[in-house]
Amino acid sequence: MSAAPAAAPRVALMITCLADMFYPEVGERIVQLLGRLGVEVTLPAGQTCCALPLFNSGYHHEAATVARRTVALFRDADAVVVPSGSCAWMVKHEYAGLLRGHAEAEDAARLAERTYEFSQYLVRRLGRTTFESDVQGPLAYHDSCHLLRGLHEGEAPRVLLRELKGADVVPLPGSDECCGFGGSFSVRLPEVSTSILDRKLANLEASGARCLVACDAGCLMQIRGGLARRGSPLRALHLAEVLR
Amino acid sequence: MTEPIITTPLRERAAQALGDRFLHEALDIATTKFITLRREAFGAFPDGDQLRDRARAIKEATLQRLDAHLETLVANVERLGGHVHFAATAEEARDIIVDIARRTGARMAVKSKSMATEEIHLNDALQAAGVTPVETDLGEYIIQLAHERPSHIIAPAIHKTKGQVAELFSRELKRPGLPADPEVLTKIAREELREKFLTADLGITGANFAVAETGTVVLVTNEGNGRMATSLPRVHVAVMGVEKVIPSMTDLAVFLAILAKSATGQKLSVYTTLVQGPRRPGELEGPDEFHLVLLDNGRIAQIAGTLRESLYCLRCGACLNVCPVYRQIGGHAYGYTYPGPIGILLTAMLNGPASVKDLSHASSLCGACADACPVRIDIPRMLIELRKEVGERRIAPWAERVVFKALAFVLARPALYGLAARLGRVAQRPFVRSGRIRTLPLFFGQWTRTRDLPPVARRTFQERWRDV
Repeated sequence: MSAAPAAAPRVALMITCLADMFYPEVGERIVQLLGRLGVEVTLPAGQTCCALPLFNSGYHHEAATVARRTVALFRDADAVVVPSGSCAWMVKHEYAGLLRGHAEAEDAARLAERTYEFSQYLVRRLGRTTFESDVQGPLAYHDSCHLLRGLHEGEAPRVLLRELKGADVVPLPGSDECCGFGGSFSVRLPEVSTSILDRKLANLEASGARCLVACDAGCLMQIRGGLARRGSPLRALHLAEVLR
Repeated sequence: MTEPIITTPLRERAAQALGDRFLHEALDIATTKFITLRREAFGAFPDGDQLRDRARAIKEATLQRLDAHLETLVANVERLGGHVHFAATAEEARDIIVDIARRTGARMAVKSKSMATEEIHLNDALQAAGVTPVETDLGEYIIQLAHERPSHIIAPAIHKTKGQVAELFSRELKRPGLPADPEVLTKIAREELREKFLTADLGITGANFAVAETGTVVLVTNEGNGRMATSLPRVHVAVMGVEKVIPSMTDLAVFLAILAKSATGQKLSVYTTLVQGPRRPGELEGPDEFHLVLLDNGRIAQIAGTLRESLYCLRCGACLNVCPVYRQIGGHAYGYTYPGPIGILLTAMLNGPASVKDLSHASSLCGACADACPVRIDIPRMLIELRKEVGERRIAPWAERVVFKALAFVLARPALYGLAARLGRVAQRPFVRSGRIRTLPLFFGQWTRTRDLPPVARRTFQERWRDV
């Protein structure tokens, strides 16, 4: 079967547990945005979690059980888009090793190649970088650790923000420093996690931005949680909530 | 096992550190400075990344034939008239050094900064044997006066402000009213130490490297105290982990090019001291006797272990400076000799997995450590491996193991996952106020004591999708 040359790109959305349960609006924004770009989005049914929390805490046998399901769910996808750098890292970086020796190992390696974090999908797969801004006031970008140091992607989100029409993007001091989330770290050592967060929030205030933009639901949960608790007027949004 | 397992939970140790305003200030200033200097040093050195790869490759190749390189090193040190001792444990290393001190009638030992001697708790052993150890690195001198232990691999007194050092010197050196002026304080330390250098019988140092092909022990310092400790006393003892051997002088050039840049942002440290055996006939300086103590203490077992890569470590401290956890709690909260991300791995190496039950989780796995490491040690990966070991050996609390296994059970079954979302919505009802959760009972309070939590959405994304 030969595909028509102008066939619409198809992508399967890996919604991730955090976005599914807590930030469904991020998923909706992604579907709308990709739809406007002519991308056909599917949502393989029965998704749960990428297993990163299990993996990072050292429960690798259990993580493999969950990962095998995910690999099977996305086996037939042309491309997979993930709204969180850390989950994308898990799939791209860890699945193949975790499933070594399992029947799904080969599929896991293929899935890794076809998986994109959201900003990467726009910039590196679709080559689309120019959007309108949907928020007022200066923006600052926070690098999530797994996207920046795990997937070595600091550029795609920055290109999108740089070219964002009607947006004023300001630098965030220490943008590459962790926000203190770290999954279970945030509740194992909550005082340390919060102390790291305080530093991030102080840097955000110093930047003059009204809104922090990130590409990871984990960072957003931490940073939003901190801003709300302090009664701060500043906001933290997922990149997909900023692009129009 | 070198050090007893600490029973106070890490969380308590950390809380104590977080409450120390002076510590917070000192750490913030020092680590920020180190980060900036390191960045500038590598920014001005385009070959840096390539040399880091090369340094890593040298370390790996050396480990693959560590026995052969050590044999070459031993042969060359002995050819130069030095004595080589092998210590399988910290206790053996202490005994060897105390024996040397006794045999040579030493009463006082001047020490150049060495983490290996910290690791074996040498000072206590010397003291017990009637030998007074005197630390001569300024930072080490400060903490020795304060009866503390190093809180950083290269900046042992990083946790102290200059005001605290002025108070300490005023009190301990009986010179009341000293100003918080680093120059004045350094001069005083220098005066105090000069006399010790001239009277000490024994000079004890570590070793940053030992070059096998020439039998050279290499010390990298900034204060010149390493040079004094290796040349003035009658006897010089160098203590080093077996993994510090490198094959050749060409290799040394690679490491020297990146070590100081990673540590302090200097192009080179102020002094690079190359020691080759005792004083030879006709030479004016140098000791009568030279001893090299090669320390195993858990290292050799890790050549084939999960912590293998941590044997690449140059002890530069770069991973500490960039670690968000270290920057908040400092070194003492870690509790053992080696703090920071690499310190957790070394603690496990020296004291076994039970010592890192909590510590293996003292990381958000942000990866800044691996990024800063001059030999690119994948510290986060090994932390995860340690967590795995702690879980599999049932060192982790049973409640935690049950929770994670239950979580896995749910995540492997989409129906249960969907049910969990529905149950969450019901259970959270009493706690949701204007779209956010400010307090939760039990374990969940760990989050909500300092941060709001978003409620489970009225309809999850997958529920919305199904309904469209």
